[in-house]
Amino acid sequence: METTLHSRTKTVVIGPEQPFVMIGERINPTGRKKLGAEMAAGDFARVRRDAETQVAAGAQMLDVNAGVPTADEAELLVNTIRAVSEVTDAPLCIDSSVFEALQAALAAYKGKALVNSVTGEDERLEKILPLVKKYDAAVIGMANDETGISMDPEFRLAIAEKIVRRAQDHGIPAQDVIIDPLALTVAADPTAVKITLQTMRMIREHLGVNMVCGAGNISFGLPERPPITAAYLAMAMTCGLTCAITDATDPIIRQAVRASDVLLGHDEYAANWIAEFRRKKSG
Amino acid sequence: MTHDEILKGLFDNTILGKAVLVKELTQQGLDATLEPTEMLYKALLPALQEVGRRFELGDFFVPEMLLSAKAMQGALTLLRPLLAAKGDKSLGKYVMGTVKGDVHDIGKNLCNIMLEGAGFEVIDLGVNTSPEKFVDAVQKHQPDIVGMSAFLTTTMPMFKVTIEALKKAGLRDKVRVMVGGAPVTAQYAELAGADAYCPDASSTARKAKELIGATGAAPVGALADAVKAVEQMVSVAEPENK
Repeated sequence: METTLHSRTKTVVIGPEQPFVMIGERINPTGRKKLGAEMAAGDFARVRRDAETQVAAGAQMLDVNAGVPTADEAELLVNTIRAVSEVTDAPLCIDSSVFEALQAALAAYKGKALVNSVTGEDERLEKILPLVKKYDAAVIGMANDETGISMDPEFRLAIAEKIVRRAQDHGIPAQDVIIDPLALTVAADPTAVKITLQTMRMIREHLGVNMVCGAGNISFGLPERPPITAAYLAMAMTCGLTCAITDATDPIIRQAVRASDVLLGHDEYAANWIAEFRRKKSG
Repeated sequence: MTHDEILKGLFDNTILGKAVLVKELTQQGLDATLEPTEMLYKALLPALQEVGRRFELGDFFVPEMLLSAKAMQGALTLLRPLLAAKGDKSLGKYVMGTVKGDVHDIGKNLCNIMLEGAGFEVIDLGVNTSPEKFVDAVQKHQPDIVGMSAFLTTTMPMFKVTIEALKKAGLRDKVRVMVGGAPVTAQYAELAGADAYCPDASSTARKAKELIGATGAAPVGALADAVKAVEQMVSVAEPENK
């Protein structure tokens, strides 16, 4: 199954036989207090710079989050999207849990965006899905619900199934639903990744939809995080993960992803890998 | 081994998370007529505090904290029966929860460990805690402090909503409110109407003591809480126990 997203001028295809799609994670004020303060003050210089750097590093899409405490998130999200669109044509992943912010952003966005995100909670599904349908967007469905995050892959699969079915009820085809099987922190739970990978294999087999994750969660609480994230992504790519919200500017993560593309036959004749080598060589 | 050597061994090896050795040393301590309270207050709890301090400095990482707690749990399985008779007065009561809409719990759990290690009785309401649930818990348990955790910018507004709910229930004057979580700042905490903001688990325990005017070590009665803290910490590390 393939998910096609586009900005006004650029199309990105996410799918099991496609090169892995890195969705740049950096335009997000959570844990970046300076960025948040600047955004709230209407200064988007760093946002533009981050957008350019991530795309230059190989991010095919960008996640945009404007959750700055005390700010009007709807207005700020629209302005952030505008600033990003000035410097790049990468399709966007619009990231908010505030309904009004998603609504305003989707209304303002020119293209087919990825909405981040909906959970398996009925209340959220009934609110977000009509919005996704109205703006012909795609949506990330998180495999948790009001009962929290299950450590049972079967249960996560059941929630994913529910989200896909409910989306179809709202006229959203399965290819426009990307499931997040939930990647928890391995530092707090040594079985976290095994459970996630098992969930991925089951979702791939039973639903066949694309899958995404916030790759940074995995390595939280550990030193030297990028190699952990990189190894995780390489493993997850063999289990059905087709895109991730991650730090494309980190060379360790980027190289692990692109090398895995070569190994899985998603970068035919290693053309992308060789092209990047030439780019680096010519400085 | 002298008493001092045993205590030093307990302290050092709890920090290193060497569970087998810590348990052996605890047994040796008991055989050598060391007081259980002495092992707890002079070695085990200070070790946990030292682990918290190193974590705060960025020298220690989450898995190491969990291993230390596990080592301490081994010691406590031997000490608990001997400590049980010592009464159950705690330093203060602390109601803790992750706010509504938010399911992040690692930071909150680390805070609970340090709070209980410091002598507080912690009542953990878990994740996705509604304002009503906080209000009910304050009514029921009459804590000295309420702690709220939020990891998302989108769930942080629940601090204020919950504080308003406490006001409405006539409870705001009866408790201190502390908030924390990755996106939270001291300034935001103030705007939300909280009494304090803490950036990490160790400072949470320090600040909590400060807020209730407590100084020095935990009272003897806090032992049961320390035991609980460690059990909770280990349950974070070992999901099969969940």
